[in-house]
Amino acid sequence: MKVIGLVAVNVFKESVRDKVLYSIVAFAVMLMSTTYLIGQLTAGQDIKIIKDLGLASISIFGLLIAIFIGIGLVWKEVEKRSIYTLLPKPMRRQEFLLGKYFGLVLTLVINIAVMTAAFYLVLALMRLLEPGIDAVSAAPATDAAMLKAIALVVVELMLVTAIALFFSTFSSPFLSALLTAGLWVAGHFNSDLRNFGAVVASPTLAQLTRAMYYVLPNFSAFDVKSQVVHAQAVPASYVALTCAYGLTYIALVLVGAAAIFARRDFK
Amino acid sequence: MDAIRTEALTKHYTVGFWRPRPYVALDGLTLQVQTGEVFGFLGPNGAGKTTTLKLLMQLIFPTSGRADILGKPAGDIDVKRRIGYLPENPYFYDYLTAQELLEYFASLFGYSPAERRTRASRLLDEVGIGAERRLQLRKFSKGMLQRVGIAQALINEPEVVFLDEPMSGLDPIGRREIREMILRLRDRGCTVFFSSHVLADAETLCSRVAIMAKGRLVTAGALSDMLAFQVRGWELVVSGLTDAVLAAAKARGDVMRVTMVGPARHALDLPLDPPPEKTLAALIAQGACLVSLTPIRDTLEDFFVQQVSGAGGSRFRESA
Ligand SMILES: Nc1ncnc2c1ncn2[C@@H]1O[C@H](COP(=O)(O)OP(=O)(O)OP(=O)(O)O)[C@@H](O)[C@H]1O
Ligand SMILES: [Mg+2]
Repeated sequence: MKVIGLVAVNVFKESVRDKVLYSIVAFAVMLMSTTYLIGQLTAGQDIKIIKDLGLASISIFGLLIAIFIGIGLVWKEVEKRSIYTLLPKPMRRQEFLLGKYFGLVLTLVINIAVMTAAFYLVLALMRLLEPGIDAVSAAPATDAAMLKAIALVVVELMLVTAIALFFSTFSSPFLSALLTAGLWVAGHFNSDLRNFGAVVASPTLAQLTRAMYYVLPNFSAFDVKSQVVHAQAVPASYVALTCAYGLTYIALVLVGAAAIFARRDFK
Repeated sequence: MDAIRTEALTKHYTVGFWRPRPYVALDGLTLQVQTGEVFGFLGPNGAGKTTTLKLLMQLIFPTSGRADILGKPAGDIDVKRRIGYLPENPYFYDYLTAQELLEYFASLFGYSPAERRTRASRLLDEVGIGAERRLQLRKFSKGMLQRVGIAQALINEPEVVFLDEPMSGLDPIGRREIREMILRLRDRGCTVFFSSHVLADAETLCSRVAIMAKGRLVTAGALSDMLAFQVRGWELVVSGLTDAVLAAAKARGDVMRVTMVGPARHALDLPLDPPPEKTLAALIAQGACLVSLTPIRDTLEDFFVQQVSGAGGSRFRESA
């Protein structure tokens, strides 16, 4: 158990020293700062645009980081053969994999925290410069409800990381990235799949789409960004249930990844 | 109890995309290494040395057969606590320093932070990494990485160490330091199992060796007992001999070959029979001056060449 923590801390240490990660976060922060300018240009000073853009950048750049590090770290470890000295140390392969995963999640959470802080800073700044802004908007500028949306983004990206890790245990990084991104897109159109299943004539096709609906990760469930921005209520029970769904899915994916990883030859 | 024991250890790799066929990387290796031995695992490129070590580390899984270390199956967590491993051309994390890497590995053995630091520093001293230990590993040269690799293999004071070509990439001083380190390990009672294709390393260090070729064990035992390394002739260097004397000696069959090695100096290849003392006495009587007399042995290289040409047959297995 302790080994998992040690491996995780090492993953984190390594990834914070990797400059690529910094540049992604720096770029995201920069983009959020410029949303202020966009807000200036649009008439009516609608703060919704800024919120939309900010939350979208957190989730897109978070996704980039999740796929990038989720696939890169295990693959690099195998490809560069650093795994040869690590695995003969007193640890099980499953512990190695879980350690990697938690290290990735730690990196992800901290990066998202940085982006979130930057996001709220931009919003607070706006409020300071234009005191009347809260009165004309549906929700206050620094609305804490947005944290709900961000929390769900975190769980969603934890799932993406788990899926990326799963693919990277047996396929090349390019293929893993493709598969993960493909699954992410498919998972976002999951509800469309159900609707599609309801209207097709062929019963086999209907069954197939229904099966896919249940098997594919339902990423759209994690997306409450627009509700939050439009000041619609997101019940705590919904957040809790979605988190539980995400964590269960993560656990299953990790079990699968560990099973493949435990049998793998490192040649 | 044997420190290392393999029984009919076999590894097939599947190669070929259109027509996948099993390729025999290691073929039924049965080997015992006793506790406290320095054991040389020799063989030319592609002989299956790295494959064997990776099987022992359970980085790959055998097609058949078994491997035990310290009386337990390879890969057992308790065994892992008591062994060290240096892979071939080791590579580590780009963004860690050598000191951090060793402390990280030490932490995996459950040492306290203070203990990690002292162990890491001591081992880096021992392998000759000085102030560079504060540098990130991506800035290390091949030989420096090799030294770090040796240090990390010893971080837990292992009872058995596995070194895959420990001398590779090292300068002459480094090679000597590693040789001395292996001898110190032996004196401490540690079992050392190392692969190499350099006979000199094996000769100065090993109590016993195994020689591999094409995935098979060719022979195992003490080097001196191996027939292949017995003296098969002598090289005599003399000065002050005339061509006529040399021609006569050659005609008698006392000398097999004559090479001019300097002004009025010749190197003569002598057979085992007649004994070299007799030929030498005769030549001295005819005015020769002795410069040197050395035995000619088969080198490991010669032996390899013989074995490789001898151990025929394809390593591909037809798939069933
Ligand atoms: N991943 C792999 N796929 C297919 N064949 C492999 C693989 N790894 C090794 N082999 C084959 O197995 C044989 C043994 O390789 P191995 O690396 O054990 O040799 P070695 O004795 O360590 O050689 P060297 O002295 O060059 O390090 C070689 O013929 C090699 O081609
Ligand atoms: Mg090798």
